[in-house]
Amino acid sequence: MAETEERLRRTMMFVPGNNPAMVKDAGIYGADSIMFDLEDAVSMAEKDAARALVYEALKSQDYGNAELVVRINGDDTPYYHNDIKAMVKAGIDVIRLPKTETAEMIKTLEADVLAAEKEFGREEGSTHLMAAIESAKGVLNAPAIAAASDRMIGIALSAEDYTTDMKTHRYPDGAELEFARNMVLHAARAAGIAAFDTVFTNMDDTEGFYRETRYIHQLGFDGKSLVNPRQIAMVNEVYQPTAKEIANAKNVINAIEEARIKGSGVISMNGQMVDRPVVLRAQRVMRLAKASNLVDEEGNTIEK
Amino acid sequence: MEIKQTALAGTLESSDIQIMLSKGTDGITIDLESDVEKQFGDQIRKVITDTLAEFNIDNVKVKAVDKGALDCVIKARTIAVAQRALQTQDQPAWEAF
Repeated sequence: MAETEERLRRTMMFVPGNNPAMVKDAGIYGADSIMFDLEDAVSMAEKDAARALVYEALKSQDYGNAELVVRINGDDTPYYHNDIKAMVKAGIDVIRLPKTETAEMIKTLEADVLAAEKEFGREEGSTHLMAAIESAKGVLNAPAIAAASDRMIGIALSAEDYTTDMKTHRYPDGAELEFARNMVLHAARAAGIAAFDTVFTNMDDTEGFYRETRYIHQLGFDGKSLVNPRQIAMVNEVYQPTAKEIANAKNVINAIEEARIKGSGVISMNGQMVDRPVVLRAQRVMRLAKASNLVDEEGNTIEK
Repeated sequence: MEIKQTALAGTLESSDIQIMLSKGTDGITIDLESDVEKQFGDQIRKVITDTLAEFNIDNVKVKAVDKGALDCVIKARTIAVAQRALQTQDQPAWEAF
């Protein structure tokens, strides 16, 4: 199940919900989160079939440690309530609401999810939520949306609809997304949840993908939504810590351990006090290093 | 129970199974086409039959073209086609899921 604090969320891979080959293989690419799509990737005539397919796959397939997310159809569609019921019954980790514009939409979703948890005997509160921000209104309300429910684990920017709403389109340099990215990111950080950047759809522009991923990594995003499994390794590469960062993080972790053994409340390293942000950053570097197979479970460097 | 209308679900893409239900005259009859009929034909028929039983459908003609579907896909496509044939796709039978 999803944990709000500790989990790495570098990659969230979109999987069309009505495609059996892609649904069954979704677990083999090593994405941190898998997002089954019942919304835009599924035609109107196949909504019922996609819902049944994702449900049966969730009940029977092994997706390893990946966080399992489903993008349901919006509450302005006739599919919304049945999507929620099916996914709650299947025990999904996270329900992602598209086109979120207000905190009320999340509160309504929370009530609908709670009703479904009661109906199907799921543990109350076990289904987490996330919001996709796809409009100017959603961006301006992002702080309230991110903080709308204790079930919220993340907030994602969806640039295609957003840029259309803003009467622009996507440019290679991403200047049109600057405000939205920072709003979504700050909303997430203020609420203590994850921030996901939008998809990059031009698979032929590898350089552009790396440039954008390095940029959102620098801003502080947890990760990126992806449409193609080939992009997973590329994102992980950008998020992979350097040997120097790992060495430094290990020193910090060792200093914590030393302080613990000495029974000292103050952690010092090279004669300097180590404060909490440094500790948190070191722990995150070690989590990333483990996920990147650069160190083993005990933190020892793995020779390549 | 009888179905209300002929219905189709699934595609002919790899890993999928396309299932068509039409009104039957002689219980559940399954016409299955599959490259793995010899190895998995009985299992595929069993998943279809068991799922139809959840909907109390006991008189229907089934035409299935399998492209290497897993059991979960066969079950999902049978649920979809059964609900379409019964015209209940807007009120899913959750107990059959």
